[in-house]
Amino acid sequence: MAVEIPWWELLVAACLLAGGFFLFVAGLGILRLPDVLIRMHASTKAGTLGVGLVFGAAALYFRNTAETAIAGLTIVFLLVTAPVAAHAIARAAYRMNVRLSDRTHLDEWQGKYGNPRDS
Amino acid sequence: MTDLAEHSQIVGWAIDATTVLTVLALIFSLVRLIKGPSLPDRVVSVDLITVLAVAIAGLLAVTHSEPHFLDIALALALVAFLATVAFAWYAERTTELLERDRRDSERVEEPDGS
Repeated sequence: MAVEIPWWELLVAACLLAGGFFLFVAGLGILRLPDVLIRMHASTKAGTLGVGLVFGAAALYFRNTAETAIAGLTIVFLLVTAPVAAHAIARAAYRMNVRLSDRTHLDEWQGKYGNPRDS
Repeated sequence: MTDLAEHSQIVGWAIDATTVLTVLALIFSLVRLIKGPSLPDRVVSVDLITVLAVAIAGLLAVTHSEPHFLDIALALALVAFLATVAFAWYAERTTELLERDRRDSERVEEPDGS
């Protein structure tokens, strides 16, 4: 007897698994990558994608207008704020003269980051 | 708290696997938070931890079939954004002030030296 699995449950399970995978990749990246700017790259992109997939799974799981609206709102909010926050941290990190990875090829601001606005 | 919702088997497995993966990511970013060499490292790690907390809130909503966890997740995302931007502003402002102090002291010392 084949058990009939509704299609949305398959989708919920797939979205949850993919979201968990990307969140795991984000954690692995923040642990293993060589310097701040590269680590930020892992946490911002993979992390946002993972949370977006988990919330997509939640919206599919409830299949209800109110919950879908809140889940979609959260996804949109994360998509808007993640780049802004990452940009702020990256700027602060560069201005604090954080040591970059040894394999950095190009650093166009090298030597001229110090307060252009005061001169 | 044992009032878990009735799930079909496949959703239950997916929830278990996702919980394990998310907690692993949480442990990794905690390690980075402890040993991160500079302040921006730690800010990035805190940012990822709050994002993971938002994900866990969404996961709990599915686990307990309780939509109110989604509201918690939305509020948490709002606060997390503010916290990250405030940390970055603090770090950058501190550096700017330190730089200005250093330049001012150099400017004062120059006439004496020459």
